[in-house]
Amino acid sequence: MTDSSGGFEAAPSALRPHAEDAFAEELRALAAADDRPRPARWRLSPWAVCTYLLGGELPGGTVITPKYVGPRRLVEVAVSTLATDRALLLLGVPGTAKTWVSEHLAAAVSGDSTLLVQGTAGTSEEAVRYGWNYAQLLAEGPSRKALVPSPVMRAMAEGGTARVEELTRIPADVQDSLITVLSEKTLPLPELGEEVQAVRGFNLIATANDRDRGVNELSSALRRRFNTVVLPLPESAEAEVEIVARRVDQLGRSLELPSAADGTAEIRRVVTVFRELRDGVTADGRTRIKSPSGTLSTAEAISVVTGGMALAAHFGDGVLRAADVAAGVLGAVVRDPASDRVVWQEYLEAVVRERDGWKDFYRACREASP
Amino acid sequence: MTTGHAGTAVPGAERGGAPLLLGVRHHGPGSARAVRAALEARRPRVLLVEGPPEADGIIALAGEETMRPPVALLAHAADEPGRAVFWPLAGFSPEWVAVRWALEHGLPVRFMDLPAAHALALGDEDGAGGSDENSNGDGGGAALGDEGGGANGDEDGDGAEGGGPRSTDGSVRVDPLAVLAETAGYDDAEEWWEDVVEHRAARAGSDPYAPFAVLGEAMAALREQHGTGGGRREHRRDLIREAHMRLRLREAVREFGAGGVAAVCGAWHVPALAAQARATDDRRLLRGLPKLKTEITWVPWTHRRLARRSGYGAGITSPGWYGHLFASPDRVVERWMTKVARLLRDEDHGVSSAHVIEAVRLADSLAAMRGRPVAGLAETIDAVRAVMCEGSDVPLALVRDKLIVGDVLGEVPEGAPAVPLQRDVERQQRSLRLKPEASERELDLDLRKETDAARSRLLHRLRLLGIDWAVPARSRTGSTGTFRESWRLRWEPELAVRTAEAGVWGTTVESAATAKAVSQAAEATVLAEVTALAEHCLLAELPGALGVVMRALADRAALDADVGRLAEALPALVRSVRYGNVRGTGSAALTDVAQGLAERVCVGLPPACSGLDADGAERMRGHIDAVHRSMALLAQAGAERPPATAEASPPESQDAADAAHGVDAPAAGANDARGDGAGSDIRTRWRSALRRLATRDRIPGLIRGRCVRLLLDEGRLTHKEAARLMGLALSPGTAPPEAAAWIEGFLGGGGMLLVHDERLLALVDGWLSSVPEDAFKDVLPLLRRTFAEFEPGVRRTVGELVRRGGLSAATATGGAFDGPGGVGGQAAQLRPVRPGFGHGLDAARAAAVLPTLRLLMPELVTEAGPEPGTAGGQPPPAPPPHPADGAHRPERTDQKGHADREPGATDRESETDDEEAPV
Repeated sequence: MTDSSGGFEAAPSALRPHAEDAFAEELRALAAADDRPRPARWRLSPWAVCTYLLGGELPGGTVITPKYVGPRRLVEVAVSTLATDRALLLLGVPGTAKTWVSEHLAAAVSGDSTLLVQGTAGTSEEAVRYGWNYAQLLAEGPSRKALVPSPVMRAMAEGGTARVEELTRIPADVQDSLITVLSEKTLPLPELGEEVQAVRGFNLIATANDRDRGVNELSSALRRRFNTVVLPLPESAEAEVEIVARRVDQLGRSLELPSAADGTAEIRRVVTVFRELRDGVTADGRTRIKSPSGTLSTAEAISVVTGGMALAAHFGDGVLRAADVAAGVLGAVVRDPASDRVVWQEYLEAVVRERDGWKDFYRACREASP
Repeated sequence: MTTGHAGTAVPGAERGGAPLLLGVRHHGPGSARAVRAALEARRPRVLLVEGPPEADGIIALAGEETMRPPVALLAHAADEPGRAVFWPLAGFSPEWVAVRWALEHGLPVRFMDLPAAHALALGDEDGAGGSDENSNGDGGGAALGDEGGGANGDEDGDGAEGGGPRSTDGSVRVDPLAVLAETAGYDDAEEWWEDVVEHRAARAGSDPYAPFAVLGEAMAALREQHGTGGGRREHRRDLIREAHMRLRLREAVREFGAGGVAAVCGAWHVPALAAQARATDDRRLLRGLPKLKTEITWVPWTHRRLARRSGYGAGITSPGWYGHLFASPDRVVERWMTKVARLLRDEDHGVSSAHVIEAVRLADSLAAMRGRPVAGLAETIDAVRAVMCEGSDVPLALVRDKLIVGDVLGEVPEGAPAVPLQRDVERQQRSLRLKPEASERELDLDLRKETDAARSRLLHRLRLLGIDWAVPARSRTGSTGTFRESWRLRWEPELAVRTAEAGVWGTTVESAATAKAVSQAAEATVLAEVTALAEHCLLAELPGALGVVMRALADRAALDADVGRLAEALPALVRSVRYGNVRGTGSAALTDVAQGLAERVCVGLPPACSGLDADGAERMRGHIDAVHRSMALLAQAGAERPPATAEASPPESQDAADAAHGVDAPAAGANDARGDGAGSDIRTRWRSALRRLATRDRIPGLIRGRCVRLLLDEGRLTHKEAARLMGLALSPGTAPPEAAAWIEGFLGGGGMLLVHDERLLALVDGWLSSVPEDAFKDVLPLLRRTFAEFEPGVRRTVGELVRRGGLSAATATGGAFDGPGGVGGQAAQLRPVRPGFGHGLDAARAAAVLPTLRLLMPELVTEAGPEPGTAGGQPPPAPPPHPADGAHRPERTDQKGHADREPGATDRESETDDEEAPV
């Protein structure tokens, strides 16, 4: 999910081409086959956008690769939201393909996924509204020529789709400058006595991490302007194991760690532990357990396994074993030393200890626990 | 039915020539609306409805003001209320709409289905032939559910839900709707039905008969292709039912003329009713059917029970939504979103009108994208989630619960015949010879007697149902044994009403109590509630509910982070385990849950104990004591735990319970090794938890002291180790109040230990003497509380020991202390001394006191007079216990004599102290 890009060969020029370039062929085929009504300035009809994201086969025989593997319902809601010119907020824990979905939505709807504002603690108002070319400004005074438009402003002028990444990391006052944009669909330029009005087709996709604490919570005024879609973690354990194994393999190769094909058992175990703790119930659905405060996302499972690989390669016998991942799992689970430790110990005693074939893992975890 | 042309089923084709056959989907609001329109158009003179003919007599009640749907027709075997069939009717059910319409227009209403007398008897026969799904242990509820499904839910093809029973030849009933939906390219039959019937029927204004014609055709085609759509059993049953319906229809046609008859039935049956069949063939099919004596009545129903997931076979997932569809004249989605917004606002979610507008827009646009004619339930749910709930499913669950399913509870007029539960209560009252009397009376039960045990069960079950005829009372005989129970009985008229209300839960006391316990377990929020419920289920012997309650208990326990609450729940649970064993109820599940709970307590206790204030520590000490006792019981229960044979399947649990008494002992023997292993395992864990508590610094002194004591009492801590820990706790670095708390924890509930272990007493004594004066006032209340709990005899002995000095002589640990103990230690180096006794008597000093003493108590002193002389060189023998020696006084004064003499101390006491002090 997070790394679906890995499956497609990149254009030779760029390390990672934009979605609209990488999948230009598919987009063209879809546009050709698409006979349904399109909202103003949309490259495709909402139905075709869904097909682009979820994959399918066109009447002509062109196969559209799935970009997002997940519930169809969510994609439909997301596309419908954009079609009703409401802004879309994609929520989810890290590693749930929020950015990926947002990029592909923008590419399919507007044919341009580059109108991007990366949200950080240092994102300023200029990045959301407009800035000035100060040399021009000093030389000629305020004018349209001296104005440096932000991606949002350009999207408004062109009727395109703007993207805001990590919306909740942007300081609250900067966030709020989006309110006018989203409700009035206009951006006043008081220095020039003008305004930029959004052209039909303008919309905005924001992504935010809903488990991250210590970020700037959206004001309810801003929140109200968004329809929210929560992207879930992988539904089945198999899918998650597959994602983790594939990603670990890629990372391992770039780090030049020896490949461990027989590590699948350990990966399955880590994924099982993560899923069980995350869901608060064992895989067989029979025992309830507490969930720790950490996220335990797929991305974290990947880093635990990668760390274990490194341990096994450099200090072990090259085979990924329970002891190699135990410390990593402990570190990922116990984020809050007080409450999470209890959660972890309960889990160890109530679930891991009783499980067939998990003896080594139990022992390794006991040893890793202080 | 192959001869049945769809055309004959369509009234529009031969108006007046054929009875009006209205094929519907049960609980379909669109069908309901269409039925009303068709009836208005045709104006028939008699109405036939699919349902048990026995109900013809009580149909008039449906027209009464006080009858409010959802209600259900309930037929049950007269002598066995547990065997029952329900025909639920919601306000939007086509049958209900038709019945109301007919009653309003003064039409006779007749039910035309197979009589319940046969249906029940047949169901029974089938049950005996196939698997015994009707008698499996889920209590009455599940069995009733199956019946309801078989009798009601399958006709129009929602076979998936009525399809609990599989036919003997293994084929599963075809779901005609699913077939139609699949043909139309839908994944979900419900969705397809909504699109083609429910949403469209409302607009198809022109021809009121058109929807029925189309549906009839579709069903005829389906029936042709799939036969009757089921295995042999359903097939036969359908044939019989349809034969009966045809006969009733023919009767009505004879009476009112073909044009004057309208019939409402499941769409599936329409082709069969329209078919030309010979009356003699139909009669032959019906000949010789088994029969039961049955009774029928109306009972209130709930929306929740109409919902499929509540376990009742025939049902719909979204009665609330259907009710809304039926009730809304127009702007269905807009009205629905407004309802949702109001609900969310009531629950403090900020939902504005702007949200409603956006949600409606999104729902419509979703419907357009999905190619549906109007936004349906799925679209509205998605829209509500994205717009109003910020993508979260939590508030959505509320919407689902309150609106999509809904809280509606039906009402039945008072004139309705008694509900079977009432009859069951009366029957049991008779057979157990417990007359309902208005005057209060007490009842003592000996649970070893069969009748008394049955009585106890009945009373407990009734209590669970909220029929408080009997309340537990304190036994007059004062016996509190496990085998005794005392009750206070008083029957009040309102209890009859309560019984009627409880009729919602089931038809027999047992099934109703089971159903209620299950639902309570699901609703309970606090762990202790579920624990209490579990205990109650055991007392009331509801094996069917126990499993669910146990699951709820395990789940709550797993999520409850408050160790205090876990610790609170454990004792009751362990009691239940013990009790279950006593009664022979299979309580293996209970033991497992208790073990799990105990494990969680072991893990969670140490962190939960750190940083507690005085009150918290006090509470926690109580928990630790209770848990400690429970752990011992639990370990025992684990050892006694009977093997799987005791986990008898519920229907025979009564026998199994009796049998288990007999086999208990050998079974336990066989199982000893395993059980013991599990039991001792948990005890080991508990001890290690205690040990951790005892040695950790951040734990309050009260708890540390208590843990040391518990370990010491169990023999898991040597006296030497205990003394070391006590020394640590009482060392000068510890604040006196903390040390006093430690002592309170350690000595709480019995000071005998001090009498037997000189070292400990010396430590306490030494510490006490070293407490600085200003701090002493702070620790005094604590100490007083501690020592006041001691038995008078113990207090006295301790006092005597202290008075005698020479403490810690043998330990030498007290050497560091000032005061008498320390001095005694010095003396010990001179010569060995019997513990508890001073080193000889200072005759000169004693003599100095004698004159005063003689004045006070002449006779005593003359006796004591010679003593100094005789005892001079050697330790005195142990003195006989003195009757006058302060048994009535709190011994604390003795203790404190060293540092802070209380005015209450008697002269004699003071003098001895005086004597001792300079030694």
